[in-house]
Amino acid sequence: MSIEAKLGLDVFKIDTEPHIIIDHEICQAKCDIRYCLNICPAELYTLDPQDKVQVNFEGCLECGACFIACPYKALTWHYPRAGYGVQYRFG
Amino acid sequence: MEKVEFVVVGAGLSGLATALVLAEAGAEVLVVERGDYPGSKNVTGGRLYLGPVRSYFPDLWQEAPLERRVVKERLTMMAPTSSITAELSSERFHNPPYPSFTLLHATFDRWLADQASARGAMVISGYKVDDLIYKEGKVIGIVSSGDEIHADAVVAADGALSFMAEKAGLQESRAAKNYAVTAKEVIEFPPHVIEDRFGLENDEGAAQLFFGSLTGGIHGGGFLYTNRASLSLGLVLAIQDLMDKSGSDLPDGQSALSPHNLLEAFKDRSEIRPLIADGHTVEYSAHIIPEGGFRAMPRLVTDGMLIVGDAAGFTLNMGVTVRGMDFALASGAMAAQTLLRAREGADFSSASLSYYESLIKESFIWQDLKTFQNMPAFLANSRLYERYPSIACDLLEQILWVGEGPKEKLSTTILRTIRQNLLRVDVLRDLFMMRKI
Repeated sequence: MSIEAKLGLDVFKIDTEPHIIIDHEICQAKCDIRYCLNICPAELYTLDPQDKVQVNFEGCLECGACFIACPYKALTWHYPRAGYGVQYRFG
Repeated sequence: MEKVEFVVVGAGLSGLATALVLAEAGAEVLVVERGDYPGSKNVTGGRLYLGPVRSYFPDLWQEAPLERRVVKERLTMMAPTSSITAELSSERFHNPPYPSFTLLHATFDRWLADQASARGAMVISGYKVDDLIYKEGKVIGIVSSGDEIHADAVVAADGALSFMAEKAGLQESRAAKNYAVTAKEVIEFPPHVIEDRFGLENDEGAAQLFFGSLTGGIHGGGFLYTNRASLSLGLVLAIQDLMDKSGSDLPDGQSALSPHNLLEAFKDRSEIRPLIADGHTVEYSAHIIPEGGFRAMPRLVTDGMLIVGDAAGFTLNMGVTVRGMDFALASGAMAAQTLLRAREGADFSSASLSYYESLIKESFIWQDLKTFQNMPAFLANSRLYERYPSIACDLLEQILWVGEGPKEKLSTTILRTIRQNLLRVDVLRDLFMMRKI
């Protein structure tokens, strides 16, 4: 089962404001490994053609793993605003 | 500006337990939940041990929406292409008091919130707590959507990634080595299919834990819990190990050792495939788990605030049992007892609230975390997930395999395995380490 199909099963209320912001300056200057690409269970982190890390915050499962794993504190990570984000029906 | 006696941040098990006990004693308590309903942001593997919490909540369980009582415990050790499963059945599981039940967080939390509300607690969903309010260094309330709500004390029950504990200076840093991440699917079946596949009757359930090659050498394992009409199937993976093994070994730039790819490979194993065949996955969830144990625990109280449940790091992974929800409920009850005592003297200073620490220290939470404080270090050993399961599975396969030609003596097979694989310094060191757990 693809990750896109899995995320398609979940209920998301999508905010217009991202709740994860990448500090590209820190990210590009300090991080070679880009742990976030591997750690995110929803695989929301990708590298763009300019080798910049991008994140599709809309499919965020709000697990917090990327925030814990970023050794350079390049992520500003909040929970989505009230009323937004994933709404687990089973949990 | 509003004022209530107590504000609880987060409607999970610990926060709702706190509110329930406070409300029952007649205190005024407000639970603020950022999700659309209690449980909507919460994830569990799926099992609650009732033994440790019955004394705190003796009358709660008759009507609770528990899924199935666990009567079958399975432990599976996996090598790359083989596995050994041990199954424990016991008459004790079939008679009250039942030791553990599977559950679904969103269902259970909504019910628990109703219980707290029925006792007089206010549970408000759809409000996120953005900040704490301080006066002279003491927490005196919260800010939510620009509104200030003042309180005599605040309970941080905002989960494994507790921003409240951070804001209050109780949790200063979060080392990756102290956290795991879980990824889980809920897969639906008609109840009778679950009963047939796992050999269960009526409301009986099974719990199965997996360790070995399924995590690709990463400290962690798999779990499978039977709910009434679904299975909860997932993995738990140490974040530091996932980081250390990060790389792009697949054509799409991803790594085979990612939570999603490992879970898909796990589902595709011959041990799992027939158990989930024809099921409908209805949800995919993920969450971090504080696994640092005793040595990574934050401070529990400050002036005007205390922390409970996952926010306080109250979970225990022993490899063979995984606990957190029992700790959450019990810590909530102890937080409430502390606040009720503080209320009598109208003293919510950290000195007064430190009663909570003494209750925790006398309880099973502290005792168990202390007894097993060396567990995280012991489990952070890749030989437990790669080499040892392979040795054990290979040996049993050699013993049980009947092929063409004569078989060698069992003692020859066993002694060769020991000589080739186990008479090594690192194995002896691991055996020596076992005395600490």
